Amino acid sequence: MPQQLARLLVVFAVFTGGLVVTRHLLIPKTFGQRGHYRAAAVTTIQVRPLRYAGREACADCHADIVGLHGKGRHQTVSCEVCHGPAAAHTLAPVENQLPAPRKRAYCPLCHGYDPSRPTGFPQIDPVSHNPMKPCITCHNPHQPEPPHVPEECGACHGEIARTKAVSRHALLPCTQCHNTPVQHKVDPRLLHPDKPRNREFCGQCHAKDAPSPREIPRIDLATHGGRYLCWQCHYPHMPEVD
Amino acid sequence: MEKPLSDNPGSQEAICDSRRDFLHTCSLAAPLLLLALQAKLVRAFAASEPVYNPREHRYGMGIDVSRCIGCGRCVDACKNENDVPREPFYFRTWVERYVINSGGDTSVDSPNGGISGFPAITSEKGILRTFFVPKLCNQCDDPPCVQVCPVGATFATEDGVVLVDRDYCIGCRYCVQACPYGARFIDPRSRTADKCTFCYHRITRGLLPACVEVCPTGARVFGDIKQRSSPLARFTRFHKIHTLKPHMNTKPKVYYADLDEEVR
Repeated sequence: MPQQLARLLVVFAVFTGGLVVTRHLLIPKTFGQRGHYRAAAVTTIQVRPLRYAGREACADCHADIVGLHGKGRHQTVSCEVCHGPAAAHTLAPVENQLPAPRKRAYCPLCHGYDPSRPTGFPQIDPVSHNPMKPCITCHNPHQPEPPHVPEECGACHGEIARTKAVSRHALLPCTQCHNTPVQHKVDPRLLHPDKPRNREFCGQCHAKDAPSPREIPRIDLATHGGRYLCWQCHYPHMPEVD
Repeated sequence: MEKPLSDNPGSQEAICDSRRDFLHTCSLAAPLLLLALQAKLVRAFAASEPVYNPREHRYGMGIDVSRCIGCGRCVDACKNENDVPREPFYFRTWVERYVINSGGDTSVDSPNGGISGFPAITSEKGILRTFFVPKLCNQCDDPPCVQVCPVGATFATEDGVVLVDRDYCIGCRYCVQACPYGARFIDPRSRTADKCTFCYHRITRGLLPACVEVCPTGARVFGDIKQRSSPLARFTRFHKIHTLKPHMNTKPKVYYADLDEEVR
């Protein structure tokens, strides 16, 4: 073998060896086992400690409250929503007591009036609703039945109530147009209030010959609006005039 | 006189006999021993937790926009569960409030991610529609963040969750730039990328992600896309579903029901 070829081979061998060693040292052990990543990283993430125990864990000791809570309207609200993460509490119940929010500021996080909330979700105005009183003096958070049937529809339908309050229909009670079963206020999803069904309903006040005060705008039921029902153009809770 | 061989204990044949007996007994005892050992092994396996196989799952989340009340409990729970810095700007999930005015202009706010609720809207005049939208990592099937990572520190697992290898991330922020949903941030303590993991440590143990666990109205639904009877499968069957920025071809696995066109 010529001398220069042997030298070249040595250089080549050293280079390849160096490459193999460097790769071995630099590439993490589990890299590429399952894909272009360190398989060990998945395990590291998987063994992270839990903070939230899950609602099933609470029933092991607090069966009475969980039973009560499971029947009420807060049944979809997990215990840890209000009481905070409970994994540490399940391991050492005495050392890790869980807080219970008792301040008035807590409940409006969900139940304070906000027009962005879906209508029908129970909302109160924290400024005017029994000011200064903590919510839990009247409502049991584990089974939050209202202490008495809400008088105002606005207790739940805040957005509609507020819109109507500044509209030309402000003085009309909700029951003028909606026959509301008493049961709806106690169990809202069981029975629904009804809605007007025809043009003649609005015509009771707005028709040319309606026996209503003169300042109420009148239309000719026969020609006005053609094939449309009144509320397809006018929003009854905030009637547009033009 | 010659003694009978059997009477002689020291003789060659007697030794052979007892050795044969011994081996015979041993050969009988061996299966018994194996059975006992196996029973012990079976018991040991039954006692340990069932092994989690990521290939059997494909996770996704459904969000019902019309149910979100903007209470921010999900944001709080996420920070608790995943040890996310409490300061603003660092969120694995957050809630946005959209206000669309009758003029057509849209404003979006998310004060501190909505973690302590939203300030009351003073005047409802001119508001056409308004609603809350919870946001989080969309766990894309075709994730741009994974494509751009120069070191392979972020990746999609076999069950479809995009994770970050904290020990391997070099903090170059390419992935933060690449995410079209703004779902990633740099953890100021480790200076590595961080994002929603669908609470991977919880779901692999059969629990729900923390945000789903605490959502009081059921606006968040979690489940297995592969399983036909999962809550998510039911959710996607009975709602009209939209994903965020479908034109980016990222194939998100967070499915929104009742999503407004204005939501980006």
